[in-house]
Amino acid sequence: MRTQTNLRMIALVLVPFVLIIIAFELMPLAVMVMDSFRGDEGKGWTFAQYVTALTSKYYLTGLKNSVLISLYSSLVGILVAIFAAYSLTRFPTSLREKILLFSNMTSNFAGVPLAFAYVVLLGNNGLFTLLFQKMGWDILAEFDLYSWIGLALVYVYFQIPLAILLLYPTYFAIQEQWKEAAALLGASSFQFWRHIGIPVIMPGLVGTFSILFANSMGAYATAYALVGSNFNLLSIRIGALVAGDVMTRPELAGALAVILAITMIAAMWVNERMMRRVRRDLR
Amino acid sequence: MKNRLLWHKALTAIVLLYLFIPLLATFLYSISTDWYRTVLPEGYTGKWYGELVSDPRFIDALGRTLFVCIVTILISLVVMVITVFAVTVYLPRLERLLQGIAMLPYAVPPVVTAVGLITIYSQGPFALSGSVWLVIGAYFVAILPYMYQGIRNSMRTVDAISLLDAAELLGASKLKGFWLVVFPNILPGVLVATLLSFSILFGEFVLANLLIGGHYEMIQVYLVRRMEENGHLASSIVVCYFIFISIISAVVLRLGRSAKEGRT
Repeated sequence: MRTQTNLRMIALVLVPFVLIIIAFELMPLAVMVMDSFRGDEGKGWTFAQYVTALTSKYYLTGLKNSVLISLYSSLVGILVAIFAAYSLTRFPTSLREKILLFSNMTSNFAGVPLAFAYVVLLGNNGLFTLLFQKMGWDILAEFDLYSWIGLALVYVYFQIPLAILLLYPTYFAIQEQWKEAAALLGASSFQFWRHIGIPVIMPGLVGTFSILFANSMGAYATAYALVGSNFNLLSIRIGALVAGDVMTRPELAGALAVILAITMIAAMWVNERMMRRVRRDLR
Repeated sequence: MKNRLLWHKALTAIVLLYLFIPLLATFLYSISTDWYRTVLPEGYTGKWYGELVSDPRFIDALGRTLFVCIVTILISLVVMVITVFAVTVYLPRLERLLQGIAMLPYAVPPVVTAVGLITIYSQGPFALSGSVWLVIGAYFVAILPYMYQGIRNSMRTVDAISLLDAAELLGASKLKGFWLVVFPNILPGVLVATLLSFSILFGEFVLANLLIGGHYEMIQVYLVRRMEENGHLASSIVVCYFIFISIISAVVLRLGRSAKEGRT
């Protein structure tokens, strides 16, 4: 008798959570996936939205652009972080913590504020744009912040602190004694990293890369703040299709959103496969 | 060996400089009179900050954002503490399910979440579109992973189940045991999760823009619109925002550390 009232009370206590989750998490996702298999204005069941998404040149380019900018920015971000995070581990603890704190703070600097800062730096009247003009250097003459290179540059900025944050702990898996042992056995520094160091941090590297990739695939605010809906990115297209100024097509948006989710899940899956392979090699 | 350390120092300095320059430029822009003809600002002034605090549109946007963030976090705090506690103590079999539900928003970018929300709530029986409650609901889900992890981890570190058992053994009811023993012990960890969620929501733009946009102009949406009209004003907002967020993250860090160290 007591346990029954107890159970009933527990069930009652969980009601608010269950309601909120159904209303704002599960149902929207389910409706979105279902709608993506419907015709325009929710009529009938069809694959037409996916056919449109994957054959129309416009949306295919958006997908390609998203994947490319994510790949490039993640690659640059992780390359910088590989060296920067290792350098950090060479410093005394107090200095290390201060630097990490600063780097973490800049990782809050993303989205709209970041886009704005880059306009101040590299926009048409930006600090560096003018500086280089005055110096007569024309490296920036061709540069346009509102182009792909510009956007990629802004993406790199938010990738670097995140990559450092994620990669930094993996270096502690390498023990100093290993380096000494390798050196005693006649290995050069290069050989140490080639055969011991890099394989040890490899899972961390691949994991970090996939998180960076997913992070930039889903990014929306930065590009939107720079040029509104003009960039042809998958996330921007989705936003424009559900809340655009012209006509909204939630069914097509749903199909694109499912595709975006699949690319992200694929990245995670590849990452896991790689990790498993790396670990088998180690054994 | 010394040489190498120098190399590490140089590299770190370059990266830090790279991360610092945009911040510095934004700050300079916010205190400059005019800065589009010359490399460095033509003059310095504090008037943009003065203009900012006397701009009713800014005050309104800030107020709206604070309102939405605080309401969301209060609801999340109450609901999540109770839910995580009930599941940990009474329904451990559901723990995996709860974890799955709570971590799902991590894998779904906000622009994807927005699609379903807009479809459901734009018409029909649940026409919430343009209502602040839609944003609050969406925000509840957005901070779910952080709130869940923060609360669950602190319940684990203080071993909530044993604490409750001990309280009951000493004659306290379950409710009393939870409120007087478990809750004060998990408070530091919960506070960290709360502050983290707050800083995430404060910088949230995608949902605020897509779900409610101009109907209910929140701070980030205001910022985007202001960027085109007056850059100096926009940059003074960015500077305030960054200082504010930095203070919160510093508090989070300190609290997080003392919460960890307090129990060894």
